[in-house]
Amino acid sequence: MAQPFQFELVSPERLLVSEKVLEVTVPGSEGEFGVLKDHSPFMSTVRPGLLKVRKDGGQVVEFFVRGGFADVNGNGLTVLAEMAVPVTELKADVLAQHVKDAEEDVADARDDASRQKAEMLLSQLREIQAALKAA
Amino acid sequence: MPSLKDLRNRIASVKATQKITKAMKMVAAAKLRRAQEAAEAARPYAERMDQVLANIAVAFEGRDDAPKLMSGTGHDQVHLLIVATAERGLCGGFNSSIAKLARERARSLIAQGKEVKILCVGKKGYDAIKREFGKLVLRTIELRGVKSIGYANAAEIADLVLSMYDKGEFDVCTLMYAEFKSVISQVPTALQIIPAKLPEGKVSSDAAQVYEYEPDEAEILTDILPRNIAVQIFRALLENAASEQGARMSAMDNATRNAGDMIKKLTLKYNRQRQAQITKELIEIISGAEAL
Repeated sequence: MAQPFQFELVSPERLLVSEKVLEVTVPGSEGEFGVLKDHSPFMSTVRPGLLKVRKDGGQVVEFFVRGGFADVNGNGLTVLAEMAVPVTELKADVLAQHVKDAEEDVADARDDASRQKAEMLLSQLREIQAALKAA
Repeated sequence: MPSLKDLRNRIASVKATQKITKAMKMVAAAKLRRAQEAAEAARPYAERMDQVLANIAVAFEGRDDAPKLMSGTGHDQVHLLIVATAERGLCGGFNSSIAKLARERARSLIAQGKEVKILCVGKKGYDAIKREFGKLVLRTIELRGVKSIGYANAAEIADLVLSMYDKGEFDVCTLMYAEFKSVISQVPTALQIIPAKLPEGKVSSDAAQVYEYEPDEAEILTDILPRNIAVQIFRALLENAASEQGARMSAMDNATRNAGDMIKKLTLKYNRQRQAQITKELIEIISGAEAL
């Protein structure tokens, strides 16, 4: 049985979650990773994606996060996201707007490095869009 | 000596003004509460950001490959001052105290032979600075249409500043805003954001632990530092919004009280004069009757 640990999800505008949870799955920039109690100290940047939280009661809550990083230390897990929205509040058109912006970024990119970056972002956003449609 | 009619008109006009200042005070009080809530809601993010930065900075101690945003360009020749003020006036000394701080700073930098560039956020700051340093103002960002300041507004300003920094247009960036202490006290503050001054003495015991980084420290740091700039600007804008409303509230409270005093004085004067006139008329009638 998993032990509860402290989890906080913070966006610049407000503190979204601060409570004891059982497990969190974070979309890290180099792959998803799960965090349980007593995870070793770890820090990773976050790519746009879905953050899954399994609460103390067992129910699962999902958040759409974009830009930021996750910090695991002795006190628990803190995710600082530039944007964080509960999936239930995420509207399809908002996401579509993000995709459109990303497409424009790809078109505007001048050098290879920035184009690559923009394309990566776009593909990640499309992935989420597809995942949400399927659900 | 103003006539009775003049006095009556003046009393009516002061009363109308008092009504306006009273309404403005109440509006400012409501807005202040909202602004304060927004500032408080943003605090956890900034605090955690400081902590994380402090932790990473430890990993970078003694290394010379730290990103430019942290180590600086190696000069301090060109200074960028970001002057954040309000879009509206009628808020006491709020705008002028920030502008005064900015002007003093600009003057002392110029006296030291440095080059100064200014970026104004908010129209009132530009109005106050343009007479002396109009030529140094690169741009004015107006937030007039913005109802409540969102992170996106700050991110936009941060992007602008960062792209200028990448092009090497300045070496040191200082942000000026009013820190919200309380409703009656707002302190104009200058905060250096580039090169980043790391929070000192805040390193938690966790920093001693061996962190695992993914991707490596350097990449994370280059990702976090620009975000940190945006967060600092965001926080300054929120502080400013709360300070502005606080300053307006106390200014309007003063104005309402002054109007009340003025009405009292005018009413007294009006009554005295009315009595004097009645007495005068009576004397005229009596003396006229006696003469008969």
